[in-house]
Amino acid sequence: MEYVNPEGLRLDGRRFNEMRQIVAEVGVVSKADGSAVFEMGNTKVIAAVYGPREIQNKSQQKKNDHAVVLCEYSMAQFSTGDRRRQKFDRRSTELSLVIRQTMEACILTELMPHSQIDIFLQVLQADGGTRSACINAATLALADAGIPMRDLAVSCSAGYLNSTPLLDLNYVEDSAGGADVTVGILPKLDKVTLLQMDAKLPMETFETVFALASEGCKAIAERIREVLQENTKQLEYRRAA
Amino acid sequence: MEGRLANMWRLTVNESKFVETALQSELRVDGRGLYDYRKLTIKFGKEYGSSEVQLGQTHVMGFVTAQMVQPYKDRPNEGSLSIFTEFSPMADPSFEPGRPGESAVELGRIIDRGLRESRAVDTESLCILAGKMVWSVRIDLHILDNGGNLVDAANIAALAALMTFRRPDCTVGGENGQEVIIHPPEEREPLPLIIHHLPIAFTFGFFNKGNIVVMDPTYVEEAVMCGRMTVTVNANGDICAIQKPGEEGVNQSVILHCLRLASSRAAATTKIIREEVEAYNRERSLQKVKRHPTLAKSEVSGPTVAVKEEYRKSSDQEKAAEISREHVERLKLSPEELRSSKEQEATNFKGGPSNWDPYSEAMDVDSLKVSLASEGDSITKSSSKKKTNGSGNAQKDGGEISVEEVTGDLGKKDTKHKDGEMTLKDAVKPKKKRKNKT
Repeated sequence: MEYVNPEGLRLDGRRFNEMRQIVAEVGVVSKADGSAVFEMGNTKVIAAVYGPREIQNKSQQKKNDHAVVLCEYSMAQFSTGDRRRQKFDRRSTELSLVIRQTMEACILTELMPHSQIDIFLQVLQADGGTRSACINAATLALADAGIPMRDLAVSCSAGYLNSTPLLDLNYVEDSAGGADVTVGILPKLDKVTLLQMDAKLPMETFETVFALASEGCKAIAERIREVLQENTKQLEYRRAA
Repeated sequence: MEGRLANMWRLTVNESKFVETALQSELRVDGRGLYDYRKLTIKFGKEYGSSEVQLGQTHVMGFVTAQMVQPYKDRPNEGSLSIFTEFSPMADPSFEPGRPGESAVELGRIIDRGLRESRAVDTESLCILAGKMVWSVRIDLHILDNGGNLVDAANIAALAALMTFRRPDCTVGGENGQEVIIHPPEEREPLPLIIHHLPIAFTFGFFNKGNIVVMDPTYVEEAVMCGRMTVTVNANGDICAIQKPGEEGVNQSVILHCLRLASSRAAATTKIIREEVEAYNRERSLQKVKRHPTLAKSEVSGPTVAVKEEYRKSSDQEKAAEISREHVERLKLSPEELRSSKEQEATNFKGGPSNWDPYSEAMDVDSLKVSLASEGDSITKSSSKKKTNGSGNAQKDGGEISVEEVTGDLGKKDTKHKDGEMTLKDAVKPKKKRKNKT
């Protein structure tokens, strides 16, 4: 199948280095301490953060002077075309672990000893790149909850199809069998926290795909910052009124 | 998660300080250099498809079994490969019996990604009847002792087990051509799996906010380190999978450095695995040669077997010594063949499952060479010849020559394997030939 036509356009009309449209909103779950919806094209994720609150299960505490971060990733049954059967499969267990450790790296856990932070992530629509969308949504929700962070943790994926590196794969491109690189970075510190890759790529190609994904991350970080600043302005305006 | 928590508990502040400060002066607690690997030993069991890998203190057992099942609806002509991990509490008290924990799931997923998504095992050749019957290969990985770096050890165990695994040969027959006949191992030699390349996992540990990188961390180091990354690479320099699950951030340059280190190591580890597997296979085949005469004797029971027995006598008992010599010779040859076929795959592999077709490519190259040699023509002419030779009607005399040459070449290749057991090339050829004609 042809994923990039001779004019250099992809199946959904994007260029190779073009991302899907990002729509993000914070404060969507009133009960939660922080929440956000993050949309990337047809992928839609909702995140809710509770905490920091008193630790519920003492045995989960690993270091006395650090907060415990817990994360639950799940996909809604209606998120994909065919109904998903089990709720906790191996994939979501792994993703929960990966997202938890990514967020743990950016939260200043040492400031909140004896407390826990819960992150709940629900995929409402899945169209590729759910793990990136989840990390971005979690960052927004954590910022909304006012939890101190080192930096915004952002993530973006990139792939390699028809000997072209492609930014931000959708579901069709993702399931094409080509390589898929998901990168999570801390943009201000310029450090890579998350890196996952599937399929086979030569070393040199990997470097270009990796660089493309990192660029994508930086673009997303800017967008997320804009959304948060907009939100802060709104809050300020409301307080003044 | 529980596993990691328990690790944290056990290590005292003193111990972790010691490990960290030692690493700052490039010393490791077990006396290795930063990028040294622990000693790797691979052992095999009595049955096909079992392996035991020891990496320092870490001990992992791999076991491969196969079963005939209905294929998945979206992949009617592909077999399946699944990986199951068992973290027994015997290996580490923090592993809880019952449902696999987070670390067990992650380990399974990393190995799964390396093996399956990079298409290391040819799943199309596991198809028996499209849409009805395929082989489902199951890899069980048991952690027997946790001395750190389970992923690498488990990955090698999985590879070694897959390489020594043999599945029974089966043919499709019957009245409607839909019946599957499984041949017992006494009747037909069981077939090995087709493995295109060996994806080998290398785990790195990060210390001191990602400034110190260590290869193959031990149990103690795992408890201290602030981040880790597993890179799965093969000997061709391809990266098959990467897993860096969050944790401490590191610079891009560090990651690329790790990737280079891993790919420079891949060839050596591949060699170790291949050598061990080869030695095992040689031993097995020598045993088999001894077994044949006794087998023939045991079959003298019915009148129908008489012919068979005679045949066996002539081929086995009289020439037993000769065959054994042949066996050994072929075994000596096999690594070279393997390597050359691997190289071909590397050049032809384009990612898709249906793209993999070394024979058509190999024929093209051959015919090109021959036609170029026969007359110093321009490239356009030779390419047109290639077409005519593909369609079958060779009009020019030059074209004819090339056809003959090619078929001759193929014939030679065939005869190489005709005597004795079936090899992997025989298993693939009929299907591929069909594809070429259409």
